[in-house]
Amino acid sequence: MSTTVHEEAEAKRGAFSSRKVFMLAAIGSAVGLGNIWRFPYVAYENGGGSFLVPYLIALLAAGIPFLLLDYALGHRNRGSAPLSFARLSKGAEGLGWWQVGICFMIAVYYAAVIAWALRYTFFSLNEAWGDDPEGFLFGEFLQAGEPGVDATVVMGVLIPLALVWLAVLVVMVLGVQKGIGATNVVFIPVLFLAFAALVVRSLFLPGAGEGLDALFTPNWSALTDAGVWAAAFGQIFFSLSVGFGIMITYASYVGRKTDMTGSGLVVGFANSGFELLAGIGVFAALGFMAQANNVAVDEVAAEGLGLAFVAFPAIISEAPAGALIGVLFFGSLVFAGLTSLISVLEVVVSAVRDKFDMTRRGAALAVTIPSAILSLMFFSTTSGVYVLDIVDHFINRFGILLVAVVSMVVIAWVVRALPTLAGHMDRTGSIPLGKWWIALISVVTPIALVYILVRELIDNIKTPYEGYPTWMLLTFGWGAAAAVIVFGFLAARSRWRDPDALTLPQQDTITTTKGTVR
Amino acid sequence: MSFEAIVMMVVAMVILWGGLVLALLNLRRSDNLPTEDDAHRDL
Repeated sequence: MSTTVHEEAEAKRGAFSSRKVFMLAAIGSAVGLGNIWRFPYVAYENGGGSFLVPYLIALLAAGIPFLLLDYALGHRNRGSAPLSFARLSKGAEGLGWWQVGICFMIAVYYAAVIAWALRYTFFSLNEAWGDDPEGFLFGEFLQAGEPGVDATVVMGVLIPLALVWLAVLVVMVLGVQKGIGATNVVFIPVLFLAFAALVVRSLFLPGAGEGLDALFTPNWSALTDAGVWAAAFGQIFFSLSVGFGIMITYASYVGRKTDMTGSGLVVGFANSGFELLAGIGVFAALGFMAQANNVAVDEVAAEGLGLAFVAFPAIISEAPAGALIGVLFFGSLVFAGLTSLISVLEVVVSAVRDKFDMTRRGAALAVTIPSAILSLMFFSTTSGVYVLDIVDHFINRFGILLVAVVSMVVIAWVVRALPTLAGHMDRTGSIPLGKWWIALISVVTPIALVYILVRELIDNIKTPYEGYPTWMLLTFGWGAAAAVIVFGFLAARSRWRDPDALTLPQQDTITTTKGTVR
Repeated sequence: MSFEAIVMMVVAMVILWGGLVLALLNLRRSDNLPTEDDAHRDL
């Protein structure tokens, strides 16, 4: 295949216009809600300042090497997750579809959290929650009843959720560069500036110092606790968006001569750098809240939905110029969430496009519209919050984490593709992937992830998650995680519309006096 | 803030934000180096 035919084929699939756009998109995907509402609490709970040690080791020994594995898969094989796996080995295609199934499920519920944050951006202006943010969240806003499934629609959630999906639909139809690339080029710098402004504001609140004290005071004895190490590896793994197709998909849209190892290093450090910024902002604000209520920081420290939709509203109500803090905080959640949602959905769009040889617009509509309908059906109702909580908990552990470990082991030990992938990365990479990388990917990272997975499995079997009814856990938890596996291997059995789809595009050939080089 | 906490905060900033700066510098430097493909061209 000549270079021009190549370029045409790649232009048809879609491509980022430059390395910078790709890196912003990759950072946009990695920096999500977890950076803002999960990292600060995980660091605080697991040794404070001393958490930096396992965290940094996890970043360098597992996070960035895994990111580079995803990059290598997508960049070499020039395809969505299923196509990239199939081009390595036809038998591995199911792993790619398993990842696609997970992404579809995440997209459906993740959009709802963004819709809540969007609504709260406006609630911040008049502090709509009054003096009881928790009561307001579950009562007036979500109208949550008992755990179960209820089809009563909550208009206050339905409308922002529909808006989120409309925005996502437009981005997906516009395509890789004009949609995804352009969104990230604008949103990521804005997100950084908004969050930096929030951090500066929080640092000037009375009590901020106590909050930072709580976050950074080291507890060195925590380093002997295996749970702390598992938390560090888990945080790095979930935060970087590795192992479930996103980075494979994005890397397939990057020019062949791009320095992928150098780019990966920037993305990895940018993601962790943002987490640190989030930790400072969140704990400065929590310190203020503790002081205002005359309690210790540990009584107000929280994570996830509780931090965002209960603790922060309380801070906004009590702090001077609270509305500003609210708009910056919830606006940041919306921006960080949207750029991640787009990346998750692109895994699905890209796979459908590759498999059925569809146009961009066709695939974007075929994927986004059903996702939006399911999302609106399940998450704009009075039982949405419970279903969301369960799906999120299980799909993270027994979806993302499980597929990541399985695919890593298959690539390293069954297909034995690591030397080929390292060779590909070294063609244009600034940091050579030597035996150290192969050792980390084939031994160190899988062991760390299997350890976390087994701990989670034991915990979840011993104690039913949050005491939800068993049928709900079996359906939306274990059932959902199992369903995506079955889906993955069934989808892999269907035929590729283009019979030549699995032929790896030849690398640009260069003829020299010594013969043809690659 | 206690002295210990300040030290840990500064160390975290230096490593993570400093790491980002170094990674960006490495990327800029690599733009000016010939890639393995370019090296083949020179054969």
